[in-house]
Amino acid sequence: MAKQEVRLTKGDRFRMFIRSNLHQGSWNYERMQALGYCFMMVPIIKRLYQGDDKVQALKRHLEFFNTQPFVTAPILGITAAMEEERANGAAIDDTAINGIKVGLMGPLAGVGDPIFWGTLRPLLAALGASVALTGSIAGPLIFFVLFNIVRLAVRWYGIEYGYVKGVNIVKDIAGNKLQKLTEGASILGLFVMGALVCKWTNVNIPVVLSSITMADGKVVVTTVQDIVNQLMPGLVPLILTFGCMNLLKKKVSAIWLIFGLFAIGIVGFAFGLLK
Amino acid sequence: MEISGLQIVLVFIVSCIAGMGSVLDEFQTHRPLVACTLVGLILGDPTTGIIIGGTLEMIALGWMNIGAAQSPDSALASVVSTILVIAGHQSIGAGIAVAMPLAVAGQMLTVFARTITVFFQHKADQYALQGNMTGIDVCHIVSLFIQALRVSIPAVLVAIFIGTSVVQNLLSAIPPVITGGLQVAGGFIVVVGYAMVINMMQAKYLMPFFFLGFVLAAFTGFNLIAFGIIGVVLAIVYIQLNPKYNSGQVVAGGNASVPADNNLDDDLDA
Repeated sequence: MAKQEVRLTKGDRFRMFIRSNLHQGSWNYERMQALGYCFMMVPIIKRLYQGDDKVQALKRHLEFFNTQPFVTAPILGITAAMEEERANGAAIDDTAINGIKVGLMGPLAGVGDPIFWGTLRPLLAALGASVALTGSIAGPLIFFVLFNIVRLAVRWYGIEYGYVKGVNIVKDIAGNKLQKLTEGASILGLFVMGALVCKWTNVNIPVVLSSITMADGKVVVTTVQDIVNQLMPGLVPLILTFGCMNLLKKKVSAIWLIFGLFAIGIVGFAFGLLK
Repeated sequence: MEISGLQIVLVFIVSCIAGMGSVLDEFQTHRPLVACTLVGLILGDPTTGIIIGGTLEMIALGWMNIGAAQSPDSALASVVSTILVIAGHQSIGAGIAVAMPLAVAGQMLTVFARTITVFFQHKADQYALQGNMTGIDVCHIVSLFIQALRVSIPAVLVAIFIGTSVVQNLLSAIPPVITGGLQVAGGFIVVVGYAMVINMMQAKYLMPFFFLGFVLAAFTGFNLIAFGIIGVVLAIVYIQLNPKYNSGQVVAGGNASVPADNNLDDDLDA
């Protein structure tokens, strides 16, 4: 086919980037992010195809898709590059394009979930929340601004990276660069979680163990909490954390655990065991 | 406190933004830190809004949508509990307690919205056959707006009825032992979120770093930024010294010459 060459412009990719901020808008239980993916591909398809080719391209990108939203960016870049080649006559069939999408969404979710949901967001949220508890507007701002800077950078440079590298990206994902990043993020995340469990929790067991009147008339009261603090501050939240981890692994829902802890708080407070 | 007509309109807009944020998970407008702050601003008490946001954010730290699983919904919980605390004159502890059942209700509503969106998915299939891209865009945006309404409708209803004496009497009927207990529980309820984040990593062999963080926090006065920097340093050193990665570079280089990869390259270059 002697067709005129069509090329994607940076503007097309930019429009895809803008649309990618609404990626999950039509998330549904049948095909999850499928419609969202097609929605993001619209500027690309608009540039490359007419008539029946356009219909085929739209159908192609309405297939099942689901991954961590931000890591979709490089997949978008690759599929844009593949569609461009195809529109210019390269022998890339539907299976190749869908194969790339389906083949990448699993491994990339495996990287995106621990990095963004497991580390970046909890860390920035905890930082923001610790400032917010003083009533300062800086808390929400730190969280909102920093998270979105990282997110938008990942989205834009991810698309460009996928577009430039094309199918070569598969090698990068199979290589150990991303594995390093995931493992490093997990270390950072777990380390800070350890600190949070100890410091950003509050348990006080005011049960009096001994009350000694000293020679000078001062009364020294020792409570259970004093003993715990001498041994290991944060011990009670640590035990509670491990209890919750176990119950969560046994598929107890988080909200039941929260209600359970509320009940413990109310009962403990009523009997003077907690303050 | 009566909420004015203008405030109700603003609550509607902000809860729409929060609802859209919850399904998009992009701008994080559904997170308590953002949503509670905005509602606080509307109701004329940003400081209280920010504090509720910070408190709820710590509880919701581990609430995340992984794969097809829906977490408790922070959007509805944040918006409505902030209205209850500021306009309903409740303690922050009571607001947090009310937020939890709201998070469950919000979760059910989003599951419902995500189910009816299947209809628009099919509608989009029809538009695709006609080559109608505007139709596809409309399907996507309408779905997004359903998620906005599933938060904003309940929020506006609460905002309208919060000023009535029935609601006020109901709220003030909560006995002090409950509010006190909830306040106490607020100190350690956050561990559920921490546990969710730790489980999410699924890296038992990295747990020594968790304990190191715990002990350092117990016996030092470092703040979170210091912990973040130490954590990054530990991660870099671990990866630099890990024999797995040092021998891995050779393997990765070897993979580059696998014929299958070259075929794919040729396809693209053709």
